Amino acid sequence: MNVGSTRRGGSVRAGLSMGRESTRANRRRGRLLPYALILPAVLLETVVHLGPILAGIWTSLTRLTQLNIRDWTGAPVVWWDNYRSGLDPSGPIGGVLWETFLRTVAFTVLVVAASWALGMMAAYLVNTEFRGRAAFRALFLVPFAMPTFVTVIGWSFVFDRDDGALNHLLVDQTGVLDERPFWLIGGNAFWAMVVVAAWRLWPFAFLMLLAALRNVPGELYEAGVLDGASRWQQFRRITLPVIRPVNAVVILIMGLWSFNEFTVPYVLFGPQPPESATLLASLIYEHSFVNFNMGLGSAMNVLVLLFLMGVSVWYVRTFLPRTHDA
Amino acid sequence: MGRPRIMITASAALAVALAGCGGDDNAGAASARITYWAVSMSSSIEEADLLEPLLDTFTEETGVEVELEVVPWDGLWNRILTAVSSGQGPDVLDVGNTWSASLQATGGFVEFGEDAMEAIGGTDKFIPASLAATGADGLPPATIPLYGQAYGLYYNTQIFAEAGITEPPATWEELVDVGRRLTVDTDGDGDIDQWGLSILGGSAGVGSHLAFILGRQEGGTLFDDSGGPTFDSDEQVAAVRRYIDLMESDRIVSPSDAESTMTEALSKLADGRAAMAFGQATTRQALASLEFDDYGVTRIPGPADPPTGGSDIGSMVAGTNIAVMNSSEHVDEALSLVGFLTDEHAQVTLNEAYGTLPVIEGAYQDEAFDDDGLQTLGTNLRDFAEPFPQVPEVAQMETLVGGAVKELFAQAATGTVTEEDIRAALSEADSQMEAAG
Repeated sequence: MNVGSTRRGGSVRAGLSMGRESTRANRRRGRLLPYALILPAVLLETVVHLGPILAGIWTSLTRLTQLNIRDWTGAPVVWWDNYRSGLDPSGPIGGVLWETFLRTVAFTVLVVAASWALGMMAAYLVNTEFRGRAAFRALFLVPFAMPTFVTVIGWSFVFDRDDGALNHLLVDQTGVLDERPFWLIGGNAFWAMVVVAAWRLWPFAFLMLLAALRNVPGELYEAGVLDGASRWQQFRRITLPVIRPVNAVVILIMGLWSFNEFTVPYVLFGPQPPESATLLASLIYEHSFVNFNMGLGSAMNVLVLLFLMGVSVWYVRTFLPRTHDA
Repeated sequence: MGRPRIMITASAALAVALAGCGGDDNAGAASARITYWAVSMSSSIEEADLLEPLLDTFTEETGVEVELEVVPWDGLWNRILTAVSSGQGPDVLDVGNTWSASLQATGGFVEFGEDAMEAIGGTDKFIPASLAATGADGLPPATIPLYGQAYGLYYNTQIFAEAGITEPPATWEELVDVGRRLTVDTDGDGDIDQWGLSILGGSAGVGSHLAFILGRQEGGTLFDDSGGPTFDSDEQVAAVRRYIDLMESDRIVSPSDAESTMTEALSKLADGRAAMAFGQATTRQALASLEFDDYGVTRIPGPADPPTGGSDIGSMVAGTNIAVMNSSEHVDEALSLVGFLTDEHAQVTLNEAYGTLPVIEGAYQDEAFDDDGLQTLGTNLRDFAEPFPQVPEVAQMETLVGGAVKELFAQAATGTVTEEDIRAALSEADSQMEAAG
């Protein structure tokens, strides 16, 4: 520090009187400066992001269980064994993994579609001028703003078979059904989970799409109206194309979130969801942290990572505008 | 040289400083101060208020200071996992007694050989049954019993009296028979509003426990001698069949119970929607908090004509144990804390407060446990209980077998469950276990 401060004072003077011979050295130092500035960030990024990913990949090649967790560097390396048993559709573990994978894909598609549709409708509604608009806007954000486990516990009361609001409505009030169905166990649990997840997620779509709608120039609609475009045509021919970049990003983010959904089934059904509502994240959690089979859990995690990366790259290339188009 | 070098030096220093944030800064403290993770046993009790005075006494007696941290059940397993893998954990900690063999397999825990047993007061002070659930067979205990639990059959004495039933069921057949008589539509609206029995059909944990208890009654075991799973043996299929039938063909359990996971069965017992319920020792406390005391406790009965090889049990050895970590720098002090907590004074105070069963014979003579229900449960633990399988894969077995039972109840609640369904579900669990093991 001492040395540095005298040098710093000196360098100002030296810089003023410096001749041509030192400009090259200066230029070289100047080139180093940006790297020096990002060095802490690079180091942190390596420690925080890359480290765990590499550790996860390494774990997936080992048989890390409670027997060797204490000295985890000594876990026996089994190479592709975990992947082989995970990917074999006829094996007991692979069979469940494939089934869970397909279920997770279905869940993601349903939740993203429902959230997007609801978010779009709400954004369209709130984007027009009417009294009480601000109140609606605030109200729509409630599911997103409240802590997940609070709202999901609320939903678990709604879905309760004997005392839940849903069955009260369907059976006692309206008589749509004669028998009280179960919503938290058996096949219906999947649909209960989709409803709750979509309800959680749609305000995000709403928020993003509302911002996008605000940026659609009013003149376009005016021109459309002059040409006799209906509301639906305005939506299809003007709104959707203009907000397309935002749409693409919103759907990608919601897709990734839903695919990795863990909290909603965990809170709705407890640590072990019914089979019909077991998603990949719950399955991986079970293998890694309940069964202590961290090698297998990590292998599944890596497979999910590869799948999501592949889909994301394809998606970004297909649907997101290139920079030079923008 | 100029600014760049300073910048580089500063950045590197910053990075080092940041990286250092995660490090351990209390290494080298040599005072006799130990850390104790106590599990949160009851939502209605402030653990710290109960344990602190006891630990103060311990400090006075031994000069060892104890830093107490109360950990909820939900997070305990994962925290232990982290403690074992990082070597940074407490000196002493509470664990579920069914985890004993799993934890022992990690090698992260002090094994209680002769010397260590002597240091905590000797093998003889403990109830033999409790000591059976402390680690793998043939190895010294890796955990020590602390709070005992046992299953029992709770029954509503008022409902029994009104129906003229004077004795609680002593066999499974009587249980079903009594259950049928008490499953009635009391207000005549066409819906049954009083069921013979209430269970936690949605709980995988309870499902695996009952599969074990009824399985032993049938002469089954969940693992064979070499440690391989035998979830789908004829005996286990018969046991699960018997459990599912309570809802499916005996119809003494409400289909709604397929969804129950927490305390629903007790509420139903207390408010008369059910005449009987399976519970553990702490159930007494839960019933007391519902201000309900018209109940009796007996053993979960077995078949009147026990199958060959069947065991006459009505419970597993359940409860909370205490363990000492190998990474502890104060093993002697840790052992003296284990000894203190399993001595009569602490055993009486703690078990009385939690409603659990003392794990040492001496404490049962204390007037605090002069209660019929409690003495019955104590007998269930001492004489009619066997330890849950002491294998490292026990947690996975609970998930798989319990998960299968849970799904079968979900199926029974809305339709029929055949023998093949049960066998298929248990075979599936069995092959999952084989594949992972």
